[in-house]
Amino acid sequence: MLSIKNLHATVADKPIIKGLTLDVPAGEVHAIMGPNGAGKSTLSYVLTGRAGYEVTDGTATLDGEDLLSLDPNERAARGVFLSFQYPLEIPGVPALTFIRAALNAQRKARGEPEVGAPAFLKLARETAASLKIDFDMLKRSLNVGFSGGEKKRMEIFQMAMLSPRFLILDETDSGLDIDALKIVAAGVNAMRSPDRAMLVITHYQRLLDYIKPDRVHVLSAGRIVASGGPELAHELEREGYDKYGKAA
Amino acid sequence: MAAVKETVDQVGELEAYKHGFVTDIEQDFAPKGLSADTVRFISAKKGEPEWMLQWRLEAYERWLALEEPDWAKVNFPKIDYQDSYYYAAPKDPASGPLSLDEVDPEILATYAKLGIPLREQEVLAGVVGAPKYAVDAVFDSVSVVTTFKKELAAVGVIFCSMSEAIREHPELVRKYLGSVVPVSDNYFACLNSAVFSDGSFVYVPPGVKCPMELSTYFRINAAESGQFERTLIIVDKGAQVSYLEGCTAPMRDINQLHAAVVELVAMDDATIKYSTVQNWYPGDPVTGKGGIYNFVTKRADCRGDRSKVSWTQVETGSAITWKYPSCVLRGEGSVGEFYSIAITNGRQQADTGTKMIHLGANTRSRIISKGISAGKSSNTYRGLVSAHPKAKGARNFTQCDSLLIGKECAAHTVPYIEARNGQAVFEHEATTTRLSEDQLFYAMQRGLGQEEAVQLLVNGFVKEVLQELPMEFAVEAQKLVAISLEGSVG
Repeated sequence: MLSIKNLHATVADKPIIKGLTLDVPAGEVHAIMGPNGAGKSTLSYVLTGRAGYEVTDGTATLDGEDLLSLDPNERAARGVFLSFQYPLEIPGVPALTFIRAALNAQRKARGEPEVGAPAFLKLARETAASLKIDFDMLKRSLNVGFSGGEKKRMEIFQMAMLSPRFLILDETDSGLDIDALKIVAAGVNAMRSPDRAMLVITHYQRLLDYIKPDRVHVLSAGRIVASGGPELAHELEREGYDKYGKAA
Repeated sequence: MAAVKETVDQVGELEAYKHGFVTDIEQDFAPKGLSADTVRFISAKKGEPEWMLQWRLEAYERWLALEEPDWAKVNFPKIDYQDSYYYAAPKDPASGPLSLDEVDPEILATYAKLGIPLREQEVLAGVVGAPKYAVDAVFDSVSVVTTFKKELAAVGVIFCSMSEAIREHPELVRKYLGSVVPVSDNYFACLNSAVFSDGSFVYVPPGVKCPMELSTYFRINAAESGQFERTLIIVDKGAQVSYLEGCTAPMRDINQLHAAVVELVAMDDATIKYSTVQNWYPGDPVTGKGGIYNFVTKRADCRGDRSKVSWTQVETGSAITWKYPSCVLRGEGSVGEFYSIAITNGRQQADTGTKMIHLGANTRSRIISKGISAGKSSNTYRGLVSAHPKAKGARNFTQCDSLLIGKECAAHTVPYIEARNGQAVFEHEATTTRLSEDQLFYAMQRGLGQEEAVQLLVNGFVKEVLQELPMEFAVEAQKLVAISLEGSVG
């Protein structure tokens, strides 16, 4: 599925990712943990093609296809989805309108027919119910006036509606109380499938109690410095990141 | 919601200014330049009565004594008023509208190309349940056709060209023409009073709710000619009307002057909704060459108690826009509203806004202005809200938002607020934001292309105003917003 080799990336000419290599096979959930400033969010932006995040060396491919030369929307059409740490507010554009426009843009790019309003609304109702999202909230401007927890739930809602193949969750647990965390985790777990893979970026182990990873990697100073099974997350929780060095 | 989606659907059809074609027909021109003789020529061409000619000549005399205003935040080379034609008309129709069969097929083709239904059956044959609307089509200096006149006349509504109104309804025209915008109100209005060519006239009798949307479609075709239309709408006690005007012009590399005057009169309990979708040729986006100078005076007199006038404008075209649709809130409890979307791109300059003049007690006004600047353009909101001593209990709410796209454009907000009594409540809110890279990336990460993402964000920004437009024009306006901003990012 996702294969990253010797990736180097800079932000404003400052090297942040310095030789990162990582493979996430289909069907697996990998967690990336690390201290603040290790380059976790940078990795998610580099993979999704945000302007200002410059790749200076290395490759990243999804099922063998180069991602780094594609525009952000082209990557989205190929199934890359990022659940933002800080979801943006889009005034005047109802959530449903936004998601339907995005879904149809993706489908168009893939040469698939657009989804009509009735089918879309049916899917939206079912998905909203499973995530305990009030349907009326979807008629309001996307994320405007939403609480932190509501914004995160809306990210997972978008993810479920767009049905991506490769999911990146960037600090999805931040700002969630325990009940909201359970709902979000259930939503994410419902998307686990042999055809999908996930990269779960988190500072704390807590989220991983609910979204169980197959592999855990420690990112420090722009590189993967340790990898292991789920037990690695517990070790980090107990002992902290000190032994992996300070952030760059 | 549906409207925003529509735009996304239509992004695929985008192209640059698409009304820029020229219709090749034979035309009559007044001799180039401006003099008392030009005024006489125009009046004679229209077969006007003596009183109208005298009115025009008086305006011309006053105009000679006025100076072109220079307070607006726009720059343009000095206009040579002698280097323009003040009257251009398709050859055949000597005076006023004819039956459709007599109109030059080239002109009909022009309106068909613009998507304006001039054949009543075309409107009727449209989508089931689609509201009907009547059209007055003004081509350069004359009205070529007005539709649905019979149906409107059946309920007492007069909808015709100004030329026809001067001939057929002189008592109404003499009573109201210049009663809202006096002849020498300002330089451009005065010029218009001297040389105005055609425009629409509407009278809605007491208690009548006009059964369909009325609209006028202005088209400048001739080169080196100005368009000076004059519109007068009178809505009597307890009557209602919704009126829309649209404007386009060919792409030409010289500037053309459009100096219109629109006067609205609302009696007791009358309601007027006046919408404009302005898409004059904006000039070359890179060099700034050509385009229309749009110097327009629009004013409503809420003469009657509890009368209401609502201006909605979508301004996307013109090289320079100088326009302040205003309401004089004279009647007790009268209401004025101004909803505006002004978009500038390329080298366009807009200085637009409104004036809400509270004269009567308990008058209310509301201003929602959304300015969008892109390219190297400049966009200024200029608005006056004033309460006179008798306007006790006057209230105004103003919201003025500017959106910047790119780094070379400018937005300015110039509010003037005057309260001359202690019981007026005025609120003013203003914001200026740049279209955020973060929002764009967020939308693109979800799969939207860059242009689509901009359209979606911009439509969200202007939504409050789009909602005020009659449904069938909201979609049109939205397409226009999309086209106007094409290529503004990246």
